[in-house]
Amino acid sequence: MALKLIRGYPEYMRESIELVEKTRPERIKNKEKEIELKLSMDERDKLLNMFHPDYAPGGKRSLRIGPNEGDIVPNEVADILEAWPAIDPDSIDLAEIDFDVDILIIGGGGAGTVAALWAVYEGISPENILIATKLRHGDANSMMAQGGIQAADRPWDSPVLHYLDAMGGGHFANKHELVKALTEDAPFIIKWHEELGVMYDKDEKGNFIERWGGGTSRMRLHSAKDYTGMEIMRVIRDEARNLGIPVLEFTPGVELLTTDDGEIGGAVLWNMETKEYYVVRAKATVLATGGWGRLHIRGFPTTNHYGATADGLVMAYRAGARLRDLDSVQYHPTGAAYPEQIVGLLITEKVRGMGATPVNRYGEPFVFPLEPRDVEAAAFIRECYARGNCVRTPTGMRGVWLDSPMIEELRGKGTIRKNLDAMYRMYKRFGIDMTQDPILVFPTLHYQNGGVEINANAQVIKADGTPYPRFFAGGEVEGGVHGKNRLMGNSLLDYNVFGRRAGISAARVAKSRGKPSTLSLAHVKKYAAIMETLNVPKHRRSPILLPDYRGRKVIERKIDLPVLL
Amino acid sequence: MLSGKMELLDIDSEEIMNSIRKAASPPEDAEDWVTIYVMGKPYRVPAGLTIMKALEYAGYRFIRGSGCRAGFCGACATIYRKRDEYRFRTALACQTTVEDGMYLAQIPFVPANKAVYDLEKIEFTSNTLLEYYPEIARCVSCNTCTKSCPQELDVMYYIQAGLRGDVERVAELSFDCIQCGLCTLRCPAEIQHYHMAQLARRLYGKYIQKKSPWLVHRLKEIERGMYKKGYEILKNLLEKDPEKFRKIYESRVRESEEKRIKDPWEKEVE
Ligand SMILES: Cc1cc2nc3c(=O)[nH]c(=O)nc-3n(C[C@H](O)[C@H](O)[C@H](O)COP(=O)(O)OP(=O)(O)OC[C@H]3O[C@@H](n4cnc5c(N)ncnc54)[C@H](O)[C@@H]3O)c2cc1C
Ligand code: SF4
Ligand code: SF4
Ligand code: FES
Repeated sequence: MALKLIRGYPEYMRESIELVEKTRPERIKNKEKEIELKLSMDERDKLLNMFHPDYAPGGKRSLRIGPNEGDIVPNEVADILEAWPAIDPDSIDLAEIDFDVDILIIGGGGAGTVAALWAVYEGISPENILIATKLRHGDANSMMAQGGIQAADRPWDSPVLHYLDAMGGGHFANKHELVKALTEDAPFIIKWHEELGVMYDKDEKGNFIERWGGGTSRMRLHSAKDYTGMEIMRVIRDEARNLGIPVLEFTPGVELLTTDDGEIGGAVLWNMETKEYYVVRAKATVLATGGWGRLHIRGFPTTNHYGATADGLVMAYRAGARLRDLDSVQYHPTGAAYPEQIVGLLITEKVRGMGATPVNRYGEPFVFPLEPRDVEAAAFIRECYARGNCVRTPTGMRGVWLDSPMIEELRGKGTIRKNLDAMYRMYKRFGIDMTQDPILVFPTLHYQNGGVEINANAQVIKADGTPYPRFFAGGEVEGGVHGKNRLMGNSLLDYNVFGRRAGISAARVAKSRGKPSTLSLAHVKKYAAIMETLNVPKHRRSPILLPDYRGRKVIERKIDLPVLL
Repeated sequence: MLSGKMELLDIDSEEIMNSIRKAASPPEDAEDWVTIYVMGKPYRVPAGLTIMKALEYAGYRFIRGSGCRAGFCGACATIYRKRDEYRFRTALACQTTVEDGMYLAQIPFVPANKAVYDLEKIEFTSNTLLEYYPEIARCVSCNTCTKSCPQELDVMYYIQAGLRGDVERVAELSFDCIQCGLCTLRCPAEIQHYHMAQLARRLYGKYIQKKSPWLVHRLKEIERGMYKKGYEILKNLLEKDPEKFRKIYESRVRESEEKRIKDPWEKEVE
């Protein structure tokens, strides 16, 4: 028998919802006093140590190979870095070059598209650029951002304050030059978007309507309803199409190509549909493959798109690039915990920013709603797994309530439909009306805080600390910008700022230098030899390209016949 | 109010993480099952899955047809009929629950032509949309596009608004379009709705929405090098006196919604 649902929730969950309704008027009255729940730095540390998945023991190990040997990273990340190459280098003929271009961009999400546009603005002709991407152009985390993008453009705000917020949010582990670039370029990026025709939410004077993001001291989150990422991504994609920039879809990069003088000279691509490989030679290569959500670190559900499998980290690491801050994983405090169909999907921070308070099963607030994400997530886990003040779902998930109807009471009826329509629509599809009822949330795997180390010109840094002249990275794949923890709204900004810088730098290199010298996969062979000595099981290969969600029973009975290969 | 302050609890963090892993993994068994037909072939799958997850459960591994998995990208456009029902239905596979007797096919690609333009040089008039997408004049007001839109947008209305040259209305009505192409696939007049809407939104953003005066002011300040010193001071502190840097961070004053506070780093506020 299917469970009977009342307006989307089973009866036992309704009982808890009634408690939430009971405390709501009082909570609304005391909304301004929530700040009293804010934790001191010491209290934050204690909470994180006990309840954040990054700090809890058992989830990480130290790398046994490569420039970051000895660094502690999540097991799932170690598994793909300590893995056999997906391709056999001996089966690739590098003498025949399929694409000979000025700039190869690996990854057609936000950073890749911005890099391509700025390379054209910088004078590279579009046909000398190639974007190679794994899914369709724009099937990317960039398309999914809801909340907004940070930029300090109001008179009582300042880029330097933005810088301070980002440094503190990142636990002061960020790279100064990158955070400076991020925050100083931010207003310029918004101006560029304005000129491209991005439809930001504005007031009657044309100034932006700006909201809170967690961990910031100013309201500086610019949004386009709750489709901010989609609005920016579809505009820059439209612009790339207008300019005629070639895009190869369903053809991911699987290995970088090195050269005998220690450079990066392009990549091997693999057509996932025909299984054919292509050799690309490029004067400059830009890595823009995004994040790692689909590795499901510690078994957490994720907000990320289907292709977020950290391929870029694998390719760059094998080629000798240095990684950083991979020990810290961002869990978004508010992922959907119910209904089952949308578990893990993002409930944008804007829901809290606009006034919804997280409360436990008794309708009691237990945390300041706008702590930095890691602190907020740890507080949720404590409430659910240590204090037991959570609601359990029929499939065994636990969660706390996010009291969304408060938004309508605080800001007027219709506010949710006007500002959070994507959220409203998602719940409505599964029978829940978030303007009337609270929604159940639990932390979800959201963002790769660290990544491939770059400098302010978006050049990738080698093991020895010097930059590669021909190799650049932008967006979620790179690290250093956000230190140990990214603040909301800084990653859309990141892919714009460093996608742009990567595109400009790549264009300059392409204009001033000739073709790279002889292409090679020697680094891949060398890596494979080490896998042999480390006794890495033969089936563990990377990049993994896509996660595998097929039913267990099918996989158990699946056989490959050596006829239809 | 409950205290959010720390108390010491007797807990095993690792054990907690293991319980979370267990709670989040797909349930081993299901009580309710439904039968779906994937391009005609029947599969028994647990009830309560999305179409996308049900196909995966049945053994399909997507290359095409799966993008964001959250209703934002339009990669998973799906058409179906239910057994014993004449109606032709459309859905997003990642946002629709399977039902017993669904006959499903995915449409991972919709051929459609996008007009090419230079937004800087476009002469924006009430005729612009019609100029780039003349086929919108062929709309026969059948409302099929609206009925097929998984975002439940008023697609026909935005086409009609486009015909009138009302760019603002098109921008507003089409804002939530995820460009899945289902409307375009179904339209008897061969209109390419979502491309026209994209042009309309960009025209609106560029030529109708006002430009932000504050933004211009800030850009001038940055150009004048007004923040150089602030960055420099903080950089030095970060390197030489991280404790002080931390203190400065902790002493930031949070902007209050009613009363704007003066920026500590900014000398002039307009
Ligand atoms: C649900 C959600 C909500 C978010 N909300 C916000 C927000 O409100 N504000 C904010 O600032 N940030 C937000 N973020 C984060 C932000 O969207 C991303 O960090 C940012 O867009 C990353 O941009 P990117 O270009 O680096 O990566 P992506 O946009 O993910 O692009 C990477 C592209 O590379 C492709 N790719 C992967 N591997 C390969 C390969 N081997 N070869 C070729 N191509 C490959 C991918 O398929 C993808 O198309 C959110 C993220 C998610 C998932
Ligand atoms: S489907 Fe085509 S013809 Fe019918 S209303 Fe929509 S745009 Fe007009
Ligand atoms: S308007 Fe058309 S393309 Fe856009 S979401 Fe609706 S059906 Fe899809
Ligand atoms: S996969 Fe993106 S909308 Fe369904």
